[in-house]
Amino acid sequence: MQFYASPEQVQRDRSEYARKGIARGRSAVVLTYEGGILLVAENITTLRKISEIYDKIGFAAVGRYNEFESLRRAGVRMADLNGYSYDRRDVTGRGLANAFTQTLGAIFSETQKPYEVEVCIAQVGASPEADELYRITYDGSVMDEPGFMAMGGQAEAISGVLRDEHDTAADLQTALVLAAKALGSVGGENGQTRTLAAKQLEVAVLDRRRKGRTFRRITGDTLTTLLGHGAVPESELGETDAAPPNPAEDKPTVSAAPVADAGKIPDDPAEPADDTNGDGS
Amino acid sequence: MAKDFDPSGRLPDIYTNAGTSSFTQFLTHAAPEMLPGRRPLPPGLAGDMAPHGTTIVAITTAEGVVMAGDRRATMGNLIASRDIEKVHPADAYSLIGIAGTAGIGIELMRLFQVELEHYEKIEGIMLSLDGKANRLAGMVRGNLGAAMQGLAVVPLFAGYDLSPADGAKAGRIFSFDVAGGLYEETGYDSIGSGSLFAKSALKKKYRTGVSTTDAIRLAVEALYDAADDDTATGGPDVTRKIYPVVMTATAQGTHRLSEEEISAVAEQVVAGRMENPGG
Repeated sequence: MQFYASPEQVQRDRSEYARKGIARGRSAVVLTYEGGILLVAENITTLRKISEIYDKIGFAAVGRYNEFESLRRAGVRMADLNGYSYDRRDVTGRGLANAFTQTLGAIFSETQKPYEVEVCIAQVGASPEADELYRITYDGSVMDEPGFMAMGGQAEAISGVLRDEHDTAADLQTALVLAAKALGSVGGENGQTRTLAAKQLEVAVLDRRRKGRTFRRITGDTLTTLLGHGAVPESELGETDAAPPNPAEDKPTVSAAPVADAGKIPDDPAEPADDTNGDGS
Repeated sequence: MAKDFDPSGRLPDIYTNAGTSSFTQFLTHAAPEMLPGRRPLPPGLAGDMAPHGTTIVAITTAEGVVMAGDRRATMGNLIASRDIEKVHPADAYSLIGIAGTAGIGIELMRLFQVELEHYEKIEGIMLSLDGKANRLAGMVRGNLGAAMQGLAVVPLFAGYDLSPADGAKAGRIFSFDVAGGLYEETGYDSIGSGSLFAKSALKKKYRTGVSTTDAIRLAVEALYDAADDDTATGGPDVTRKIYPVVMTATAQGTHRLSEEEISAVAEQVVAGRMENPGG
């Protein structure tokens, strides 16, 4: 009986396993726009795929929830530790991307089962050109993807839509509508496109105009309005997402939790929490 | 920084495990040397070696809370700093003021700010106001050893409660003792060397449901009274344009009064005292 498997075969098997796991889940896109970086994931659960890591750094992931959640925690812990021991300005997206790529690479080559995740570290800059997007995949490879990126099962098709229409000078609404269109361009019956409603999307931005913590979630009515078909000037939407106000000048500590959600139980606890099952969604 | 890095380059398990949502808990494993209260101190009193921060007042208002602190730090009979800032936002809805050994106080405050933010990021939700106060009490307790050698630090914590049991009491104040005792105060409180005088002033002037604007004036008046009778508390310094730090926490979040706003109030207070030094 033959017990030998060549390293190439082993790597190929693991890659295939990880790719299949990732492909089962719903996708996420991250793109820069004029006012910051927009992170959108297709997600009907209350479990988060998108999260804040630090002042200018956001996180988005697809794949197995328990695996990217542990990476997310590691990212928050690492960023807070660095920011506490040095200064808030010394926490960079590249540093986090390096730690993630090392970790995922080691897990891929040393353990039986690779992580079935794909992760984006986004760092917002002073202008769209200064934004940094890193894609880190299950095997630890890292790619710097300027402008936009799509992750998940049919990332290629979604990227195609983004590539055609992405514009770094677009406003938030245009960018969000594009993101929703890109995510809806796959997964319909018989190759049809889908129209995604607000409750199917998890949306957050890294707002380059905010001081201190730039991450804020866009939820509820604001999201519906932005996705809707009427044009709404961004200025009118302002703080309507109930994000806390800007902190005092040069005092970076401000919360990013939406007020309305603080201490509130999710609307519909009976909603299927499909992300928890590790089914790759 | 973090001990026992995995030779494979993986982040150590302490980073990735489900573990705790507390940053200080994480530090005790990842970098214990960075925690205050973990450093061995040589025996003896060290109280006069480091600058001390002084008076902080906090007042509950109809809209939330106001907290104000003078700008002086002293070292024995010397003024160590004329413009130290001792009132800071702890997070988006709460404020922390520190009195006592300035270095330890600032470290405690920074750690507390990270602690709250860390919890919020890990859990996706803010701690309750009581949770924040309890956490701070634990951190003060950790400094008891140093406090017994003269390096005491006592914070004052106040904030806007987003889900209060009683809607009328959204602005709340918590005080602490060096042993980590936590006490919720009604109406107003003050800490630091001038607190006796500041509290006496507030006792006469404070009324329940005072507006934020009036409370700001009351706070600056109270600090003036503290500076009047306590050498370690600094009054409004009109020649150098150094005025108390005044912050509010309301449903709109924390806000620090701008230089213009506070100088207007401070100048009114000083002008009032020109007529009647007792206020």
